Amino acid sequence: MDDFLIRALLAGLLITIIAGPLGVFILWRRMAYFGDTLSHSAILGVALGLLLSINVKIGILLSTLLVAALLIYSQRQKKLASDTMLGIISHSALSLGLVLISFVEGVRVDIESWLFGDILAVSWNDIAYIAIGVAIVITVLLVIWKPLLSLTVHEELALVEGVNVSLISAIYTLLIAVLVAIAMKIVGALLITALLIIPAATSRQFARTPEQMALFSIGFGMLAVIAGLFASFLSDTPAGPSIVVSATVLFLMSQIFKKV
Amino acid sequence: MLVPSSKDSELLASLDQIHLSLQGKTILHDVSLKLQAGKILTVIGPNGAGKSSLIQVLLGFEKPQSGNVFRRAKLRIGYVPQKISINTIMPITVERFVALAGKRKSNALAALDETGVKHLAKQAIQQLSGGEFQRVLLARALQHKPELLILDEPAQGVDVIGQAELYEKIATLKDKYGFGVLLVSHDLHLVMQKTDHVLCLNQHICCSGHADDVSQHPEYQRLFGNLPAEGLAVYTHNHNHCHDLHGDVVTGECLHPEHSSKDHSHGNNMSEVDQSKSVSLAKEVKHKHG
Repeated sequence: MDDFLIRALLAGLLITIIAGPLGVFILWRRMAYFGDTLSHSAILGVALGLLLSINVKIGILLSTLLVAALLIYSQRQKKLASDTMLGIISHSALSLGLVLISFVEGVRVDIESWLFGDILAVSWNDIAYIAIGVAIVITVLLVIWKPLLSLTVHEELALVEGVNVSLISAIYTLLIAVLVAIAMKIVGALLITALLIIPAATSRQFARTPEQMALFSIGFGMLAVIAGLFASFLSDTPAGPSIVVSATVLFLMSQIFKKV
Repeated sequence: MLVPSSKDSELLASLDQIHLSLQGKTILHDVSLKLQAGKILTVIGPNGAGKSSLIQVLLGFEKPQSGNVFRRAKLRIGYVPQKISINTIMPITVERFVALAGKRKSNALAALDETGVKHLAKQAIQQLSGGEFQRVLLARALQHKPELLILDEPAQGVDVIGQAELYEKIATLKDKYGFGVLLVSHDLHLVMQKTDHVLCLNQHICCSGHADDVSQHPEYQRLFGNLPAEGLAVYTHNHNHCHDLHGDVVTGECLHPEHSSKDHSHGNNMSEVDQSKSVSLAKEVKHKHG
């Protein structure tokens, strides 16, 4: 097996470890659009990184964290419906990013790799960066698991029982921002939400507890990464979209399995 | 199982001249109330009277424009919200749902046992009926060892017999643990029998007092018209007797013509229906306890 394929597999599998549990919460909290908004804003980060001549990874992390903060703030105002706010932020961040990238001189920017991922170009450095990110996210998530679950089930009950709802929600949002930043290279800004949602939806019918659903979601994510990468390797299809297609096939199979 | 009298008068929380308006519309005007340990306060009022907002203010979720909200320091509140729906995409059992409030698993089972729904522990929370769900919510509130229990329309979507049993359960638990109870409802005749004090709310407090006084109050009669006055009286009466008398006797007594006239009956079909409901209810409850 080629070295680049091993790196790609490793990177993909690492990402699914956090995409699984974060993804089930996205489903439970009906936040799919929210994930989209954060990942689209990462394109703005690419532009910032290039224009300010800083590391693009740092640019992405900064922009997703910034947009996450903006989202946390905007959820506290009640003038505009939340999906309206998300729509505005999501598409303006994406467009602004694309416009700004066109101003970058000298370098020819491979925009497609940022939109759809370039997992086959992952370096050992990238893997170290991803591993650190995954370790941080999973640790924080384990710490806030119970209050996050409680406020996800019912926010007012959690509040009455003493959960600091706004703090825990904010931390969760920041975790998704971190995930987006480190997963950009794997599946790209447009497809990250798929990696969060599809394996989580696939695992629903097999799970009897919230934790099972999160674990199964990791499992299905890993299957999708493996199947997608091999499909991509064998038939030379784009890797990121192949992973998403594999996840979708797994989802469809689970639906048929459910009927039988 | 009487609560010591010293604890009886202990003030848990109070509202003092609360004024709340949302988007320029007055929701609550000059509302005051006191919640004491071991006492049941029932707030009744028609839809849109501001009952839920009252709870929101008391819990601190809404900030009133003027007036004082007092909650005793570190007051533990058990809250039973109006019927809530849980996203079906979350796999969660009843036991786990209750345990979210507490520290250990065994507590959840004990609490479910106490509210009479231990047999549902392994079921998915989304499959419960209205009445079962209320009991599960009650169990979760108990997990928190509440000093004050707040219930928002706990009888919604629960049939008449289930309602009576639920109220009976709340009263029993109150006697056991000595917590104060705030119960909010628009459904009147079943609520009032165990309550210590009734507030009739329609943005402002129309009238207050003991259940029987309130039901005779002209403001109350104007608000609720012909509906529950007879039902209320019938039920209170029934309760005093249902353990002593046979079902037949209760029926006879409740349909006594003297009784209706005493209660300013508006004498339409609706109240007839209410009466017969209450009567059969009393029988049913007696059955279960007998």
